[in-house]
Amino acid sequence: MLPTAIIVFREVLEAALIVGIVMAAARGAPRRGLWVAGGIAAGVLGAIGVAGFAAEIAEAAAGMGQSLFDAAILFAAVGMLGWHNVWMSSHGRELAAHAAQLGRDVRSGARPLWAIAIVVALAVLREGSEIVLFLYGIALAGQGGGVLAMIVGGALGLALGVAAGTAIYGGLVAIPMRHLFRVTSWLVLLLAAGLASQGAAFLMQANLLPPLGDTLWNTSFLLSDQSLPGRVLHTLIGYTAQPAGIQVVFYIATLFVIGGLMRLVGHAAPGRSDGTAAPRIA
Amino acid sequence: MVTPAMTRIAAVFLLLAVASPAWAQTPQIAIALRDHHFVPANVPAPAGTKIELRVRNEQKTPAEFESSSLHREQVVTPGATISVYVGPLDPGRYEFFDDFHPATRGHLVVK
Repeated sequence: MLPTAIIVFREVLEAALIVGIVMAAARGAPRRGLWVAGGIAAGVLGAIGVAGFAAEIAEAAAGMGQSLFDAAILFAAVGMLGWHNVWMSSHGRELAAHAAQLGRDVRSGARPLWAIAIVVALAVLREGSEIVLFLYGIALAGQGGGVLAMIVGGALGLALGVAAGTAIYGGLVAIPMRHLFRVTSWLVLLLAAGLASQGAAFLMQANLLPPLGDTLWNTSFLLSDQSLPGRVLHTLIGYTAQPAGIQVVFYIATLFVIGGLMRLVGHAAPGRSDGTAAPRIA
Repeated sequence: MVTPAMTRIAAVFLLLAVASPAWAQTPQIAIALRDHHFVPANVPAPAGTKIELRVRNEQKTPAEFESSSLHREQVVTPGATISVYVGPLDPGRYEFFDDFHPATRGHLVVK
């Protein structure tokens, strides 16, 4: 039961942290809960579908199908997070200013909540399909003390993961509204850079990108990837104890491309000189 | 119409394809997952060159081939064989494991 709970928790944790952050980033948007719930539902259905075709995916492209699939999911999520952040740099300030009022700016309805729903769906799909495969394996092998222990362990792992996501959401929404979007913009930016670095690792293991130095540095003596803080930081900011050169390149490039677009769009937004807190970065 | 020049160009491309390191010199190394053990548990591998690990799951349950030091992870369904490229690596021991059964561990021994 406990090993099941631990493995399920680990997989849920990454998706739950991402959901917690984007849910906070969407604060003040009408029907954001519905969009996020829709993303979770689509992700769960997708996870079951992907797990069902896992054998076909794994053996596709001469045994590199899953690497390519994971990379595609990760880069799609990076694109959605980037789009959200760039949009928020041009509109976030007025959102923050009007959030307390009723009769909100109509433009808040145009917030790219679909981008957030897709990010949620992709995160749930990626981690969820591994949970489905793992639980299927346990059920098949009859290990871990039977089906009841598996269900209890799975539910426990899920609950712990959801609790972690709820905790980060609770911490973020405690931030005053006029600062919130600046914080979530930073978090989303680092999240996107981390996911891009993971995506690069998958393309590297599929032999489509050169490693550019297999291990650029090794900080596993300080913080192991396998430890709980290591895993949390891995999701939040893309921490990797032994990164390959190409991962660092993708990380920095993502920071500069999304961050640069945010600045560009943020400066172009009108009424920048009224002294209100602007949720732009740098 | 095939001119001698075209034949020569084709021959050059053929030679390049055959001689290119990606095709001809990437050593393949087979690793099997059998009864929750990696076979072999210590996998010898050459240093300083790219290698292709061919991981075959001979069990009835899914596994996830993963390595922190090699930053690689990929699901291996029952009966499937997956490809994971690693390297060029420095000499040393690199641990890998089945993420679905973390007690199942092995090492890539690079010399």
